[in-house]
Amino acid sequence: MINYLVRRLLYAVPILIGVNLLTFWLFFMVNTPDDIARMHLGRQHQKHVSMAAIQQWKIAHGYDLPIFYNPSRNGIGHLTDTLFAEKSLAMFAMDFGAADDGSDIATEIRTRMGPSLMIAVPAFLLGLWTNLSLALMMVWFRTSWQDRLGVAAATMLMSISSLFFIIGGQYLFAREWCWVPVSGFEPGLDGWRFVLLPVLVSVLAGIGRGSRWYRSVFLEEIGKDYVRTARSKGLSEARILFVHVLRNGLIPVLTTTVAVIPLLFMGSLLTESFFGIPGLGAYVVEALQGEDFAVVRSMVFIGSLLYVLGLILTDIAYSVADPRVRLS
Amino acid sequence: MKSLVLIFLLSMLAGCTPGRMNDPYPDSERGSNTLYLGFVARPSHLDPAQSYSDDAYEILEQIVVPPLQYSYLKRPYILEPDLLDRMPLVTRLDATGKPLPAAAPSAQVAETVYELHVRPGTFYQPHPAFVRRADGRLRYTPMTAEDWSHVRRWQDFRHTATREVVAADLAHEIRRLASPQVNSPVLQLMGEHIIGLQALADRLQHDAGRVGQNQYLDLDRYPLPGVEVVDRYTLRIRLKGVYPQFRYWLAMPFFAPVPAEVDAFYHQPGMQSHNFSLDWHPVGSGPYMLTLMEPNRRIELTRNPLFHGERYPTEGEPGDRSAGLLAEAGRPLPLIDRVVFSREKEVIPYWNKFLQGYYDLSAISSDNFDEAVRINAAGQAEVAPAMRRRGIRLVKAVLPTIQYVGFNMLDPVVGGSSERSRKLRQAIAIAVNYEDFIAIFLNGRGQIAQDPLPPGIFGHQEGVQGVDPVVYQVRNGHVVRRPISAALQLMREAGYSDGRDVQTGRPLVLYYDNTFTGPNAKAYVDWMVQQLARIHVQLVPRSMDFNHFQDNLQHGNVQMFVAGWNADYPDPENFFALFYGPNGKVASNGENDTNYRNPQFDALFEQMKYMDDTPERARIIAQMNAILQQDVPWLFGFYPLEYELEQPWVGPRKISTMNRGTIKYLSLDIAMRERLREQDNRPVLWPLAWLAGLLALLLLVHLLRHLRRTNRKSSWDDA
Repeated sequence: MINYLVRRLLYAVPILIGVNLLTFWLFFMVNTPDDIARMHLGRQHQKHVSMAAIQQWKIAHGYDLPIFYNPSRNGIGHLTDTLFAEKSLAMFAMDFGAADDGSDIATEIRTRMGPSLMIAVPAFLLGLWTNLSLALMMVWFRTSWQDRLGVAAATMLMSISSLFFIIGGQYLFAREWCWVPVSGFEPGLDGWRFVLLPVLVSVLAGIGRGSRWYRSVFLEEIGKDYVRTARSKGLSEARILFVHVLRNGLIPVLTTTVAVIPLLFMGSLLTESFFGIPGLGAYVVEALQGEDFAVVRSMVFIGSLLYVLGLILTDIAYSVADPRVRLS
Repeated sequence: MKSLVLIFLLSMLAGCTPGRMNDPYPDSERGSNTLYLGFVARPSHLDPAQSYSDDAYEILEQIVVPPLQYSYLKRPYILEPDLLDRMPLVTRLDATGKPLPAAAPSAQVAETVYELHVRPGTFYQPHPAFVRRADGRLRYTPMTAEDWSHVRRWQDFRHTATREVVAADLAHEIRRLASPQVNSPVLQLMGEHIIGLQALADRLQHDAGRVGQNQYLDLDRYPLPGVEVVDRYTLRIRLKGVYPQFRYWLAMPFFAPVPAEVDAFYHQPGMQSHNFSLDWHPVGSGPYMLTLMEPNRRIELTRNPLFHGERYPTEGEPGDRSAGLLAEAGRPLPLIDRVVFSREKEVIPYWNKFLQGYYDLSAISSDNFDEAVRINAAGQAEVAPAMRRRGIRLVKAVLPTIQYVGFNMLDPVVGGSSERSRKLRQAIAIAVNYEDFIAIFLNGRGQIAQDPLPPGIFGHQEGVQGVDPVVYQVRNGHVVRRPISAALQLMREAGYSDGRDVQTGRPLVLYYDNTFTGPNAKAYVDWMVQQLARIHVQLVPRSMDFNHFQDNLQHGNVQMFVAGWNADYPDPENFFALFYGPNGKVASNGENDTNYRNPQFDALFEQMKYMDDTPERARIIAQMNAILQQDVPWLFGFYPLEYELEQPWVGPRKISTMNRGTIKYLSLDIAMRERLREQDNRPVLWPLAWLAGLLALLLLVHLLRHLRRTNRKSSWDDA
């Protein structure tokens, strides 16, 4: 298993380089360093953007090098004295450098990780529990009107944009009923008031998709031979469903949920924006809106890394959940 | 599990102070003299030498004090001392260094000297950079490993100190404008005027490469002949020739003092990785000091205990007294103890919180315009009845800004000074009905522009006198747009009959370059296409991003383009410079985007720009406006109106569009705010009661079934 993990980690290196290369290429296909400088100076000052200022901005932010190949250098310098090498290779040592506004990206990531996790972890756990419970209930009442009602409700929830849940939740729970603040964030224990509504909204927004999918997984399981054997041995329907079917049905559930766990660090783009949560999701949105390539590049790198990590964790979880699976 | 939920809900209720469960602020702040505002985007820069945007000035101008400021109440805007104890002494010198009279022709003036005298006894806000050890050495410069071991956040600096503001700090800040480590947006402009500044910038550019971007470059070691520290409080700034507009720049944060030791403090290793920089933690001598800087969530300003003792003005315009604007006259400033800026990226939560009373002021977005404002029978905007019942007031101000459509004067069809192209531009100016645009897209939040000068700028003329005679006519005392038939007549005279060139027979196709984005982008473009279709001109929109647009402007690859201009200072020179020939975008990368060039206009501009605001200057300005109205290098669109809502507990205030540092003049009725917040935010608990009832019912059913099953099982066992 250790050999397998080492091999998978080594596979991750070319993947990460490839992702970096692709991000780099896509970004600079659209914007030249001059464009980026002009955009930043223009947004800040709106006027007086001279060529000298653009050149100075590029020097100050390290954008004055050629992108992939530097003909003015010798030997390896052709490749290392380039924008790509300077900006991207350092990330493999977790050195993300500074954002275009001068703030330290690593510090920002450290600061913002906590708020993201404060929303994402409870929303993930509560959502998983809710979806599994609802799916099991629908399977319990399968083919009855309760099941059909559940499926219809889940389909309806799936059809509604998560933005509706956010705006509706803020209107009902915060503005009309005055239970919780509309938006905002406080670090520490006092922050629970701000976490409640985004978590509730995230769970609600995910119920439709999650419960329907888990229902189909459990329905597939309940038709299998071992279930018939269990029934013939006189096990109660509840025991069959909540012990045997649940345990076996969790294997496909694990494959998707474990892969998601590392990505919880990345936060949620929409939820964080509307609820004023200063997390990593909001950071990505701001960077995209502000065309801050340094931040976008770093977040894409971390996202890819976490995704690879999630896949490895899925493999491990799979082997733990299903003894027939061996990692080699 | 249900019990756990109930316990959690009960504990949640227990944890809330009854009455305001939705209060986003800590309980400890209730009843405090705090102003609550929101901000959408984190301020791009708070370094006074770099900052040049409204969102940043909203915060920065409360912290730093430039030499001059605009009068809070008097209009038109006048300058008065702020950091200085008197207005600058301005001396004009000839080529031999002899003083000239103030009225001397500008051609004779070789140099202008501004003498600034800093108010003695003005102190900086407490800051760790000022702390000194017993032997006089700075405590935190250099930072030791021991210091870093317990400094994670800004609040971890245990010691702070202050010192007096001196003239050398102003000199240091002017040097910072030239530093490549700062990259100030006004370097190019100031380099043209302050003697030696551009040369200093060139030298620093060379030397900065050797020390690196984040290492300290001791700027005070470099000579700057245009800046002389005469004594502890006196500074002389020497300008090339005449540049009367320099006084306005002295009212901007670019010239607010920055002490050298603060600069050195922030350039130490480790500072950037902690986000400790002038950009994040500026220091000044203003009414407020920055006490919390979490730009992702909250920024807090607290009253500066060392503020120099400015008082609320005792004079204003006629009507200010009856409007309650002089009620606080003579009181020491600031009137509010704390200012809290909370980050709200989206309009909807911001608006909801304003309605709940958790923000004291709010802008009005198009999403909530109908809820906030109604247009009365007289066509005037007023606060909507629902808002009025809450006591919310609407405040309006015309921004010193103009939105326009420019013609590229180098273009062979719409440009040039020929009679044909001029008539074409005049026809288009009549056809594009900006009254409709303001009504359709801006909910009436705009004032039609007759020339480039917005209200409040010297030379602006209201009423019949200021009318653009090419586009408008006066009928029965009312100013009305000329009919479309007049535009069609001009088109015929220009040789475009029914939208076709009479010489070639080809249809007239024009290009409309724009950077519109967002949901209204297509509607804006379609509207303009329809306007030109009225004179049979086919308009082809070319939408592009900001960069490509700038690139096209630079190379003259535009025909008709949308743009805007926001005044740096309230002087007509700032607007007319956009038409001055030598400022042409293509020829000299200047601010004249249309590349307009008219020798008569240029001569008048050169004459006007050095003049004081006299009737003679007003006469020249009228002449310049008349030239522009005839030549039509722009479609003078509109001056945007700023609408803002304020809560009933906010004291009377006057919007100052040139000065953002006005929070010090604001006052609040805290008792009223607490009462109304309490009244408007009582939690509605019946849904919780219903939920609890439902859960209890489910629990009961479950228990009954369980009991029945247990009883049945017992009977079987007994049997």
